Amino acid sequence: MRHLIALTGLVATLLLAGCAKPVDYDYSAFRQSQPKSILVLLPQNSSPDVNASHGVLSQVTLPLAESGYYVFPVAVVEEVFKQNGMTNAHDIQGVSATKLREIFSADAALYLEVTDYGASYKVISSESRVTVSGKLVDLKTGQQLWSGSATASTAEGNSNNNGIFGMLLEAAITQISHTLTDKSYDVAGVTSMRLLSAGRPSGILYGPRSPKYGKEAE
Amino acid sequence: MKLGYKAGLLLIAGVLGGCADTPKPIYSWDNYQDTVYEYYKLETGAEEQIAALKAGIEQAKAKDLPVPPGLHAHLGMLYSNTGHPELAGSEFEAEKVLFPESAPFMDFLQKKLKGGKK
Repeated sequence: MRHLIALTGLVATLLLAGCAKPVDYDYSAFRQSQPKSILVLLPQNSSPDVNASHGVLSQVTLPLAESGYYVFPVAVVEEVFKQNGMTNAHDIQGVSATKLREIFSADAALYLEVTDYGASYKVISSESRVTVSGKLVDLKTGQQLWSGSATASTAEGNSNNNGIFGMLLEAAITQISHTLTDKSYDVAGVTSMRLLSAGRPSGILYGPRSPKYGKEAE
Repeated sequence: MKLGYKAGLLLIAGVLGGCADTPKPIYSWDNYQDTVYEYYKLETGAEEQIAALKAGIEQAKAKDLPVPPGLHAHLGMLYSNTGHPELAGSEFEAEKVLFPESAPFMDFLQKKLKGGKK
């Protein structure tokens, strides 16, 4: 509980210090498309860890839904692909926009790739790092609406120059690691929040289920 | 400690989400994402996952917040996999009522159930 109070104080300080100004990012296609629902496809994995795709996929619903979108149930979606003979990310991500729209009636699809996932051992320390990049595509037009990339690492918590983010991350990770899951999965949660939360510089826009929908600065 | 961790996550979500004016989450997340992960990891049985999601629904009621998108549909899939098509059907229906965006997909799943697939 004391940790929580300390964290709250830190967060308040950060927030009072002001919000980041959005950098220039071309949102014209995104604004025009106004997607309401997002279909997240099984991420491609170019990391050595076989759990990477599912570790990341399990963590993406929260940031997208809290940003105001309907997110299709990721495991149910994958099950449908499986029953149609598609079991890997390469095949699933290769399905045409028209076909995806036909089955799911989703407005947009999110294509993800995991490039780092899991522990790597260095001379003096080991870290768990997760890097994900993604692009959001309109399923009616096939047009790309947004793309981005984010990373998170347990090593952030150990370096003082990373300030508040590092401290928050460390607090989250030391607490989480006592629960059922592995560290990379937890770090994947932080990565997906960084990548897929609306209101961040160059991030996705708020969706219609968010109270902030349409209120972003032009 | 579980509670502290959830609160920590929400704090991070708040910070990452940007400015200060809406720290309150839209949904009651509880263990939804962790349960999805367990589904992949195959470390807990389907019955336990069902129980976890049902507990999550109760939690949401107590907090007076909606459950996240996908939760009812995921629960429906677990019911379907464990041989309870009628329970599965009502979960797909619940998803549809809460999130009309899901209606065509939920109808697709209902049709598969009725088609006698396992």
